[in-house]
Amino acid sequence: MSDNSLRLVWVYPDLLSTYGDQGNALVVERRARQRGLDVQRVDVRSDQPIPTSGDIYLIGGGEDRPQRLAAERLLRDGGLERAVSNGAIVFSVCAGYQILGKEFVNDQGQRQEGLGLLDVVTLRGEGERCVGDVLADIDPRLGLPQLTGFENHQGVTHLGPTAKPFARVTMGRGNGTGDGTEGAYNDTVFGTYMHGPVMARNPQIADLLLKLALDVNALPAIDDRWYEALRAERIAAATQPA
Amino acid sequence: MAGNTEPLSPRAKLAVTAGKAAAAVSRAAGRGSGSVIGGKVALRLDPDLLGALAQHLDVVLVSATNGKTTTTRLIAEALRASGPVVSNALGANMPAGITSALAGGSDAKYGVIEVDEKYLAGVARDVTPKVIALLNLSRDQLDRAAETRMLAEKWREGLQGSKAVIVANCDDPLIVWSASSSQNVVWVAAGQEWKDDAWSCPSCGGVMQRPGDDWFCGECGFRRPAPTWALSGDHVLDPHGSAWPIHLQLPGRANKANAATSAAVAAVFGVPPQVALERMYQVQAVAGRYDVVTFQGRELRLLLAKNPAGWLETFSLIDPPPTPVILSVNARGADGTDTSWLWDVDYPRLAGHPIFVIGDRKLDLAVRLEVAGLDFRVCETLDEAVQLAPPGQIELIANYTAFQDVRRRVGN
Repeated sequence: MSDNSLRLVWVYPDLLSTYGDQGNALVVERRARQRGLDVQRVDVRSDQPIPTSGDIYLIGGGEDRPQRLAAERLLRDGGLERAVSNGAIVFSVCAGYQILGKEFVNDQGQRQEGLGLLDVVTLRGEGERCVGDVLADIDPRLGLPQLTGFENHQGVTHLGPTAKPFARVTMGRGNGTGDGTEGAYNDTVFGTYMHGPVMARNPQIADLLLKLALDVNALPAIDDRWYEALRAERIAAATQPA
Repeated sequence: MAGNTEPLSPRAKLAVTAGKAAAAVSRAAGRGSGSVIGGKVALRLDPDLLGALAQHLDVVLVSATNGKTTTTRLIAEALRASGPVVSNALGANMPAGITSALAGGSDAKYGVIEVDEKYLAGVARDVTPKVIALLNLSRDQLDRAAETRMLAEKWREGLQGSKAVIVANCDDPLIVWSASSSQNVVWVAAGQEWKDDAWSCPSCGGVMQRPGDDWFCGECGFRRPAPTWALSGDHVLDPHGSAWPIHLQLPGRANKANAATSAAVAAVFGVPPQVALERMYQVQAVAGRYDVVTFQGRELRLLLAKNPAGWLETFSLIDPPPTPVILSVNARGADGTDTSWLWDVDYPRLAGHPIFVIGDRKLDLAVRLEVAGLDFRVCETLDEAVQLAPPGQIELIANYTAFQDVRRRVGN
């Protein structure tokens, strides 16, 4: 990133913007502007090339068929892989997370190649769909508070040796493997099953991405009153019996 | 004469009676109108009852993500020009509620029935409708409902081979995909402000091109069919090119679209558009929606918006700033328990309005509005929000159970 401008890329809103995850782009954009950054947000439709000079790339969740189409088009385009090799930060949710892995099962029941930016493989879960509130402890190395989110997925994601679990669930299913892991990350590439959208409930994740992009350890404080109130309410609600 | 000329079978009669008894018990116990429980009891005694009850009716089915209750009401009013109508006017739109409504209308000529999206194909098989009106499809309650395109696919399969005339919105690609497997479709250019569920072609997955009001897939050629009816500003254009003025008490572009579709449906039964449209004027409020009520000495207009497409249409009909706006959102079972959809709602359009936020999920809404850069006040109750609101009629926009909460509080 150059001087105080930030290029924020929202990948394929025509295919992967079904579950309100564009909220992540809105939150990152807002919090960057509140820190005086000049944000250039680029929404890239799936018939357009992915720019390779972005600082932060966000990918959302979507339905099964759009997910297949998105993976095909991203793989053909190759821009996202080039951006990551340039040091870009990628944060992905649900269907987007699965696409960043090595392989996932598509709407036709076939194993489909992903971008391989994360060492994960997603299979179709045999059990009930994972739907509901989640609480998890994020990998302490990332220095983030408790994770709160809403999951809604059938996929079960297995982590390979070079992928670190993003978090460990204390409530909910996360990756669905039964080992308590939730999401995955490696260097600057992150994946999670958390909707909500996740940055609205965990604005510290947006700040982490900004810190990585700016290569700084801290950001000026901003008014987090409403985020904190929402977090406290959702965490309390998740731990209370319905 | 119209109505049930052939008597119901003894089993069907018993089922209707048992259903009415169950409904009466439910009402007496203070548990709502009892129409759903009554219908359930009746259907259990005679699973074919729905078909039997519909046998002597000219049935119109209405389905959509948004506007189905209102459109059902508008069509019912229009068809009353030509005979008695039975309808599930209160929005009980699953098979039990529909059965219960039809059981109450033995003298009717027409059955005008709102159907939940998930049940459309099944109900269409059971009741052999003359007309099926399809208005729009968009994301709604994704934590429990089928994904939107899957729903369109199910409609398409279910309607294939149906003898019904399909009256369908040609401005919604998902509706066109659903309807175009049918033989007999009347296309209505009814408009659709929300476009974010149809950027990829429902047929081949190609990226949709949308210049102006037109749309087409650049890859497979799937495109907007030419309409025979159209909404044009405040007029309905009929197939002969005549423009008929729409006079509604109901506000907003979406209701004009509903009126245009309703006029096209009425025409299938020989009711001319001017007659149909005149009758629609009588519809004032539908199950409390659009009602203006007085509460604590203030006037509140009650608006229901359940999903991003619905909020978008609602924002376009509210009075301009500085009209105060109260927003209420819940996430109970009937609303969908995931609130992520709030981020697909274009809240920046409320800039300039004094905004007050209530409901179970007021904090989700607060974060959403904060990120949109809007000024707002979070209130504990409707009463508090109304007291704080600056002068003028208040626009109150709520999602499903939040809307019911508000109606109860204001005694509507």
